[in-house]
Amino acid sequence: MRVELDAVTMRFGDVAAVDGLSATFESGELIGLLGPSGCGKSTTLFMLAGLYRPTSGEIRFDGTVVNDVPPERRSIGMVFQNYALYPHMTVFDNIAFPLRMQKVPKAERQERVLEMARLVRIEHLLGRKPAQLSGGQQQRVAIARSLVKRPKLLLLDEPLSNLDARLRLEMREEIRRIQRAVGITTVFVTHDQEEAMSLSDRILIMEGGRRQQFAAPQVMYDRPASRFVAFFLGNPPINLLSARYRQDGSVLVFPDGTRLAVDPTPYAGLDDELPVTVGIRPEAATVQAPDEIRSLDDTGHFIGTVAYRETIGRDTLIRVDLAEGVLRLLVPAHETPPLGARVVVIPDRTRLHLFRESDGRALHKDTPDDAQATRRVG
Amino acid sequence: MIRDALSKGTIYGLLFVGGGLMLLPFFWMLSTSLKTPNEVMLMPPRWFPAHAEWQNYVKAFQMAPFGRYLVNSVIVTVLSTLGELITTLLAAYAFSRLAFWGRDVLFSLLLGTMMVPGEVLLVPNYVTLSKLGWIDRYEALILPWTASVFAIFLLRQHFLSVPKELSYAARVDGAGDFRFLREVMVPITRPALVTIVLLKTIGSWNAFLWPLIVTNSREMRTLPVGLTAFTTEAGTAYELLMAAAAFVILPMIILFLMLQRHIVEGLSRAGIKG
Repeated sequence: MRVELDAVTMRFGDVAAVDGLSATFESGELIGLLGPSGCGKSTTLFMLAGLYRPTSGEIRFDGTVVNDVPPERRSIGMVFQNYALYPHMTVFDNIAFPLRMQKVPKAERQERVLEMARLVRIEHLLGRKPAQLSGGQQQRVAIARSLVKRPKLLLLDEPLSNLDARLRLEMREEIRRIQRAVGITTVFVTHDQEEAMSLSDRILIMEGGRRQQFAAPQVMYDRPASRFVAFFLGNPPINLLSARYRQDGSVLVFPDGTRLAVDPTPYAGLDDELPVTVGIRPEAATVQAPDEIRSLDDTGHFIGTVAYRETIGRDTLIRVDLAEGVLRLLVPAHETPPLGARVVVIPDRTRLHLFRESDGRALHKDTPDDAQATRRVG
Repeated sequence: MIRDALSKGTIYGLLFVGGGLMLLPFFWMLSTSLKTPNEVMLMPPRWFPAHAEWQNYVKAFQMAPFGRYLVNSVIVTVLSTLGELITTLLAAYAFSRLAFWGRDVLFSLLLGTMMVPGEVLLVPNYVTLSKLGWIDRYEALILPWTASVFAIFLLRQHFLSVPKELSYAARVDGAGDFRFLREVMVPITRPALVTIVLLKTIGSWNAFLWPLIVTNSREMRTLPVGLTAFTTEAGTAYELLMAAAAFVILPMIILFLMLQRHIVEGLSRAGIKG
């Protein structure tokens, strides 16, 4: 089912939890609604479910406005953060409940419950009560219950947040597998950028009730539309440093005097003396010993001291203290400089991110945001 | 170990004494019910009758139409309990789950009525019922007791402790309010409901003042009112009164024994889940 949000706003009293949100989800897509708590992502999900009615704007399912359609007639399935299984019913009865409400005959009910139980791999648990199940099993039951009606849209509210780390990885794959098997349009809410990146076809990232960017995970990571998106995606987070752009020589001038040459062609609105935020991904720079810099000019590197190092497997995370500011960088484990060493940090110029300091918007001309949507175009 | 045993011994000792004190009136009732009229008045009192007068029970039954009283008591208790259960379920659900204008103000007002002592309501209620022409009829015995603010309050709190997501899930699954109330809320809050039913049943079964006031004819009396038959100008026939009283409390004891497990469950769960 194709889902369209068109300038959707939801107010609770004076507060706009969702503010003029527009986006279109294509049929069969797995969409991640990502953002910090209070950004309006759960409210958006509840509006899609029909549990909240938008204050203004339109929600369309396959072109039909559904603002006033109650949840049970929207062909949706929903999984709640705490799973919301009926505690007094067995797993079988839980999954059969939506069918019983639809007055599906008993024989067919039985068959469809079994079919769902097989899909989520809980056939052996049908006689148990929810309290006798592990978190992952409860989650599977909740998914089975949400899918048994054969809905056209599956909504998942923080589906993995109540699981431990190992189970989270497992259920991540399971959700992907089940979604593929059923081919259902799916929207899930999360505050975990890693979860959103790994699971989604496209991510809709929100802050303060507004859309920040809507794009495929890799696109969003490579071309964040704003400082917020750049900082929210990626772990360890991107390094952000303040600087000014100087047209004379096309350099970024940092407060400590460091100058960084930059190719201005891909950027728009990069005026002389414009205050910018420079984003450097931890993996988008090389670290060298100072004696190797003689061959370089002085507009391509930072100089600093290694103040901290932390081994995280294949790479080492180091913190380099600059004259003003710090950089957290990933370096190959066997090339890690010792603590206290003076180092030269050479950022990859093609992977620099520039944001306008004033409002945090990306200056790169090509920052894809899929739904500069329906109405805002023109 | 020794301290454990000692404290256990102390606890059981105290419980034994307390339990004994609780049982004493019941024992005295049974003992008196088997005495002769002379023995009842004996000073110092005798703990056990010299000879068990089982005849007392037969005599007690012959003195008043207890069959009729029993039927009345059962009708009144069952119907008022059922009525209270229904109004409580609906009101508690509305006050905990439905959003409507003035809900919280209305609920505060409702709670406010708990401050009014029941005796204050005797006269106005009587006047109302008499204007309706319901005095000396089942309506008067039952209808004023088919709603209880305390029960609504108790159940509402239990309903509030049920996660909101369950009602959302039920709505998405296609269950309306009544369906959700019946199939999810009621089973989940069963211990609280049992407590409410039990308190109501006992209260209704033992009610004395109200049935005495609103009934005139013998045919409409309930068991507790019927017990007054043993008190005449000539005095009270205690041995017969006690025999009848023993009969009156028997159903409540049976009911309690049957539901005991649920009551304990309800109380302990109230402690954990709030």
